[in-house]
Amino acid sequence: MSTTTDLPLELEDVAQIVAILDGSPYQRLEIATDRLTLKLARGEDGGWTQQWHHQGETAPAANAAAPSPAGNTAATATAQEEEEADDGLAVIRPPLPGTFYRAPQPGAPPFVEIGSRVEPETVVAIVETMKLMNPVHAGVSGEIAAILPANGEMIDADAVLMRVRADS
Amino acid sequence: MIRRLFIANRGEIALRVIRTAQRLGIETVLGVSEADRDSLPAKMADSMVLLGPAPSSQSYLDVDRVVEAARAAGADAVHPGYGFLSENARFARAVAAAGMIFVGPRPDSLDAVGDKLKARAVGVAAGLPVVPGGEAADAAEARRRAEETGYPLLIKAVSGGGGRGMKRVDRPEDLDAQVAMAMAEAQAAFGDPRVYVERFIARGRHVEVQVLGDGENAIHLGTRDCSIQRRFQKLVEEAPAPGIPEDRHKALRDAGVRLARHIGYVGAGTVEFLVDAESFDFYFLEMNARIQVEHPVTEAITGVDLIEQQLLIADGQPLPLRQEMVRFSGHAIEVRINAEDWTRDFRPSPGTVAHAGWPAGAGIRIDSHIESGGHVPPHYDSLIGKLIVTGADRGDAVARMARALDAMDISGIATTAPMHRRIMADPRFVAGGVDTRFFEGLANG
Repeated sequence: MSTTTDLPLELEDVAQIVAILDGSPYQRLEIATDRLTLKLARGEDGGWTQQWHHQGETAPAANAAAPSPAGNTAATATAQEEEEADDGLAVIRPPLPGTFYRAPQPGAPPFVEIGSRVEPETVVAIVETMKLMNPVHAGVSGEIAAILPANGEMIDADAVLMRVRADS
Repeated sequence: MIRRLFIANRGEIALRVIRTAQRLGIETVLGVSEADRDSLPAKMADSMVLLGPAPSSQSYLDVDRVVEAARAAGADAVHPGYGFLSENARFARAVAAAGMIFVGPRPDSLDAVGDKLKARAVGVAAGLPVVPGGEAADAAEARRRAEETGYPLLIKAVSGGGGRGMKRVDRPEDLDAQVAMAMAEAQAAFGDPRVYVERFIARGRHVEVQVLGDGENAIHLGTRDCSIQRRFQKLVEEAPAPGIPEDRHKALRDAGVRLARHIGYVGAGTVEFLVDAESFDFYFLEMNARIQVEHPVTEAITGVDLIEQQLLIADGQPLPLRQEMVRFSGHAIEVRINAEDWTRDFRPSPGTVAHAGWPAGAGIRIDSHIESGGHVPPHYDSLIGKLIVTGADRGDAVARMARALDAMDISGIATTAPMHRRIMADPRFVAGGVDTRFFEGLANG
């Protein structure tokens, strides 16, 4: 069953719609209005799920001028650009995407510098994801040869954080 | 009447505020970071202002930038949501100085309860019982306090909140090291190294009272139980708090109202108590001077829209409700759906939600800003939505929640839904009245 109208559908109405469907043979319902598409589906055990899609563009900017952002949207270090410069060194990647920090807290000395000796369990950086600090372990034994992102930079999960001259 | 409301928050609470404001005919302006430009709240708001880059410190937490954005947008009021700047007295003052209404308590109330030690003194002055303990400026003072409190004890950051910086110490020989660490962490996290030491109640429940005040009068909207926590972060909340004898339950509600009246509280607030799970003795912990994540369970059993109440009170109106107008019906439970993999030590799971099939049906409410294709950025907390169910009684609500969780179908990121299924099936939870150690006893994975 599918229908398009401009009736004022609200998410508060979902429970009532499901109550009506429950007593019907329908397994799925899709309703689209100007603002909202609602998809209801009956699961194997009889429970219903709702999916929404709210139409339309992002809200317009408020009429007054917005304050200018600092403009320093951190560039995202991507894996590809680093991979091209591959020179046989081992790489350290983050456990998660997030914000790269070289020191445990502002003002503290960095975990490692270029030339630092590391073992697989050595913490070389932290990545902050969803307000949690995740340690980055070296993963190999060797010597830090390069540190790629700047402190405080946003990094993807596949970014290369550091290169390590691994012990042979 | 407030005509244009600036919303200084993001995620599900931004959407929650937008919905009520729009229903009341109030125009909404949302301040967003670059990471949230395409979020559902940004689509739903009447207009939007870019605050700055994704990191909160340069957007949602930047007092000057948020105030200027609200002022420039022509807003006459600012709703801070929860977290971010919601309990920041400097922010509340700056909003007022810019000629706008801060939807929250007066700045002096934020000062009075924002600092745990001050809040404790206010609680004592209002005649509320508090947990034995006190401030410790250094390890020697902590040792003296420990003699009063006994072990185990808790070390808390004076300026802390949300469980951050809290440490449990079981043995005297661990005290010095833990105090040093707590002070260093408190300094790093809150810019304030002060800590205090208090008795650890072995079987404690976290019970809170929702209050509303207009500066002169105050009422309660009943209790919530938030005892199911991990590392002091709430996972499941319910209303009313189950299994508390009615005389103690009434004493709790009255104590919440007494504190709100004592400080002439304006707006919606929550008075938190530690309740001994065996004796039902209770101790005032702190007051949260804002709307809370778990407010929908109170709305579910009272039929009161707490955001609407906040806006009416902020508008300068006397309390729209009298105590006898608040009627309680049924039992409600909320579970927080976080983008975390609980089988991997709650590892964060940001990313794109390929499919967001939220449960639907009678007695089910979803407060979420995430639809299929929605993005969960790595910069903010992991809450992607709240599933709230209401039943005729607690057993009905637990069964309904279990069925709703079974139906829920979210893919693309890991969520805590499987953990909640486990909790709903746990005989201790089904029986009700669990203490804050519940989570330790929940088998993982």
